[in-house]
This record gives sequence, structure tokens and C-alpha cells, in this order.
Amino acid sequence: MTRSWVTRGALGVLGLLVAAAIAGPWLAPYPPTDVVGAPFAPPGPGAPLGTDYLGGDVASRLLHGGRTVIGLALAATALGLFAGAAVGVAAGLSGRADAALMRPIDVLLAVPPFLVLAVLAAGSGRGMLVVVGATALANVPGIARVVRAAVLETRTRGYVEVALARGESWLSVAGRDILPNIAATMLSDVGSRVSAAIAMVAGANFLGFGLQPPTADWALMVAENRSGLALQPWAVLAPATAIAVLTIAVNIGGDQLAARLRGAAGRRRFRPAADDVPAAAR
Amino acid sequence: MTSYVLGRLAAAAGVVWAASVAIFAAMQLLPGDAVDVIYAKGAGSGTVSPEQKAQLRAELGLDRPVVDRYVDWMSGVLRGDLGRSLFSGREVTEIVGARLPNTLALAAVAAVCLAPLAIALGAWAGARAGAARDRVISIGSVTLGSLPEFVTATLLIAVFAFAWPVLPAVSLVAPGTSPLLTPEVLVLPVVTLLAVMAPQTIRMVRAQMAEAMTSPYVRMARLHGIPERRIVTRHALRNALAPAMPLLAGSITWLVGGIVVVETVFNYPGVSQDLVRAIAQRDLPYVQSVTLLFAVVTATGYLAADLAVVALAPRLRTTPGWRR
Repeated sequence: MTRSWVTRGALGVLGLLVAAAIAGPWLAPYPPTDVVGAPFAPPGPGAPLGTDYLGGDVASRLLHGGRTVIGLALAATALGLFAGAAVGVAAGLSGRADAALMRPIDVLLAVPPFLVLAVLAAGSGRGMLVVVGATALANVPGIARVVRAAVLETRTRGYVEVALARGESWLSVAGRDILPNIAATMLSDVGSRVSAAIAMVAGANFLGFGLQPPTADWALMVAENRSGLALQPWAVLAPATAIAVLTIAVNIGGDQLAARLRGAAGRRRFRPAADDVPAAAR
Repeated sequence: MTSYVLGRLAAAAGVVWAASVAIFAAMQLLPGDAVDVIYAKGAGSGTVSPEQKAQLRAELGLDRPVVDRYVDWMSGVLRGDLGRSLFSGREVTEIVGARLPNTLALAAVAAVCLAPLAIALGAWAGARAGAARDRVISIGSVTLGSLPEFVTATLLIAVFAFAWPVLPAVSLVAPGTSPLLTPEVLVLPVVTLLAVMAPQTIRMVRAQMAEAMTSPYVRMARLHGIPERRIVTRHALRNALAPAMPLLAGSITWLVGGIVVVETVFNYPGVSQDLVRAIAQRDLPYVQSVTLLFAVVTATGYLAADLAVVALAPRLRTTPGWRR
């Protein structure tokens, strides 16, 4: 079980799933909301994975339902990275910002992400934006702390001092001298972050806080077809397996990215580093 | 020692207070208040005049200053009055009180299973970092830990309740009895929670253990000819656990989210079903009080972990300001 074997498999599966999610809507034989047969009909001609609780084609909905899972998770991670980097850079560069920003960040780190989601969803109503926002917010503390530490280390370097001595503004120093040098650190755990974001977005959609039926979404499909697990297991197992395989592939693929960014040799045997602590714990 | 404990207590109280402000502020600042929710629920919300809304706001006390309402809420909470549900009109304490023991039982069983399992597997893997068993545990935990709770739960139900029906798919608990009396309903929910939480803690303990095994005192112990098993259990593990403890406590943050999903999937009679309904219906007073309750539980967990660290690692008792 070598690293390259596991990683290559994971990246291959990941590529396939992403391609299927992007191209799915064009490949699907039916529109996602069409009724093609009786509810919970077993697989047969015309519906290779059977039908769902309303009689929709499971295979078609599966092909339509990947975009939201991947898209929303990527949006949430990107938003979290952007906000976390902004907070981390500000805290690392200015002592006053540090005092003002990091205390709330430390508190937020100890707050279960579910509570953030619960408060936002109850406060402003269900919807995609709430789920993406809560997931991004759950990512901010970890990213902000990593970025702040990296900035504190980078700002003592000669080129930053030179840039400051030249009289360049903080903003330009942050954008041109610091960010490019801490990008690798910032992105090193992006795989586990995306994977955690997929889990959180999918979980929120499953609980009904985000997307609403009849949207085709893997998490929603699991939720709405659960009652028919005994009758038509494919309607539940197909989307559940898709999410499972996606998160695992993203996580393992991300580990490989982390190893490359850490500067370690890419094709080593799988050997987690001693500082291999999950991203969410930092 | 005393000042350290008092300091941690004050910090925990501070976190809970900050959480109460944040929860309250989010409920007040986000668009739409309880009155909008009540009228949006009834048919023909477009016909409600601003006067009617203003009158209902006055009845519910929503026209008073924000600070007054916050003080009202908090003084109620401190007296054990969590307010009333917007929809059923029942006391929140009454709705939650009947089901809280079930949720706590599930959480307690999961936590009691989690700590030994994660510590044992993490230490076993970390004691020989890089060996085959370390790779298997590391890859296994990455794989299991990346699955969302509802996927793990659904797959477990498909296998153990349908394909090979040995356990119930739905956790039926007769009202008034404890789930602990019917342990079979707890098995799948607890296994799901473990599958989601254990990987994180295993990786943490493993990382600390791997580090401890490279330390000078372990080399010294080896040179003294102390058996490897004893080095691992007596020398390395104790020191590896101290830094891992706060991170172990961090798994509470996953437990809170995980338990809500697990209770939903298994129709487990805990607080989550009402909470999920309340969030979906925007039952603001209910969500406000129950999320605060969860925040208190989380802060208590962190506090317990901090105190456990002091108990574990004696040298830390002399440095009051020590963290992590």
C-alpha cells in the first residue's frame, strides 16, 4: 500500500466524480424533476438505478446532484480562506488588530460549527447562502491562526523590512511580499478543508437547512429517500456512496497536495508527519 | 494550582457569556424577527398591516430596547427559565427537559467509548510511527473521518439493519424509560459518532505519541534497558496525552453537530428533532436558548479537559499561565 498507489487512485476517482458532476446534467437521460415511473420502483429498463420517492429517475438526479455538493463546498472553502487570510494578515501585521481580532477568533474556534449554522439558519431563514456562510465561518478561525503565525514569521524577513523601509504601504507589503510567501502554508491543508466543507454543507442540506426539494442534490436525495431504504435501497445508497467516495478522494488527494507543498518528496511511502494534526484542530 | 483552576473557570464563563451575546445579537440583527416569522407561517401574510405587527411586537415585548431584552433573557436563563416556544407556546425547559436525558445518555456512552478507543489506537499507531500498522490506522482514519455523519449512519443502517438485520434502524425508546435499558438502540448511533469523532482524536494522539517516542527521555529509558512496552505505557503515553487532551476536548465540537445528525437519522428521541424543527421554522426563542445550552456543555467539556491535563502532567501545576 504505497502512497503513490493510494494517491493515484484517489486523484483518478476524484477527477471522474468532478467530471461526472460537471457534465452530468448533459449526460442525464431525464430532467431532474421528471416523473418516470412509480415511486420507489426497482432498477429496470429506462431507470438503471430505479426511481425515487416521487418516481423520479435516480440515475438522472444523481448526475444532476453533484454540482451543488462540490460547488457549494468549494465556494465555502474559498470564502473561508479569503476571510481567514484577511484576518490573519491584519492580525499578523498590526498589534492593535491582533488584540481586537484574535480573541473573538479563539472563542469562535471553540464553538461547534453546528451552533453557528443553527443560529444563522434560525436567524435569517434557510437557504444556500446560510449554509455556505456558516461553513466558511467555521473555517475562518483555523485559517486565521495559521496565516497569522506565518505572517509573524515572514514579517521579520529582510525583504519585508526593505519594502517597509522603502515606505510601501501595509496593503502592498501584505499583497506583494507576504501573501505569496505564505501561500504554500495557507493551502497545505486545503484538501482536508474542502473535504470537511463537503461534509458540513452536505450535512446541513441533509437536515433541511440549505437546499430545498425538488432540487437534485446528493445530500437531499439521501434525506428524502431514506424512508424507502427497504424498498429501493439504490435511491439512498447511490447518492450516499457518491458523497462518501468524494470526501475520501478529496481528503487523500489533499494529503498529497500537502506533502508536495511541504516540500517533501512527492512519491514517498505513506508516512504521516509528526505534526499531522487534522486541520480543524489547529 | 488554585489560581489556575479559577482562571480556567473564569475563562469558561467568559466564553459562555461571549456566546450568549453572539447568539442574541445574531437573532436580533439578522433580518426578520419573531413577529415576521409568526405572520409568515399563517396564510395571507401580505394582508397583515404594520399596525397589527406593531401590536404583536408590543405584546411579545419586542419593542423594548435590545439591551433590556438581552438582560431579560439572561436573567431568565440564570433562574432556569429558557422562555417559550413561538409555535407550541410551551416552556422550552419543558420541551427540552423530557428529552435531554436521552441525548446526554447517547453523548456520555459515545464519549466513554471514544477516549479509550482513540487513545489506545492512537498510541498503538504512534508508538511505531511509519510501521505498517501506523499506515493502516492513518489511512483508515482519514477515510472514515472524512465521511459526513449522515452518510456513515445511512450506510450502517443499510448494512446492519437491512442487509444483515441484527440491529434496529430506528431507535425506539418508550417514553419515561432510559435508552440505557435497551442498549441495542444505542449501538448504531454510538458507532456512527465514534466513526466520525475517533479518527480526529486518533490522529492527534498518534501525532503526540510519535513525537514523544523521539524524545530524549524515551532514548534514555531505552538505554536503561526498560522494556519497550513499559516505555510506551509509562513514559511516552503520559506525556503524549497532556498536549493531546485539549485537542481531545475539541472533539466535543464535533460531538454536538454529530449528535444532531445521528438523532435525526435514527429518529432517536433526543433534543435534536425539536431543535431541527425549531431551526427550520425559525422558532427564535427556542433556538436561542438551546444553542446557549449547547455552548455551556461545550465550555464545560473544554474546562474538564484543561483540568484533566493538570491532573495528568504534574509539572504543569507550577506554571499557572500554561496553555496547551
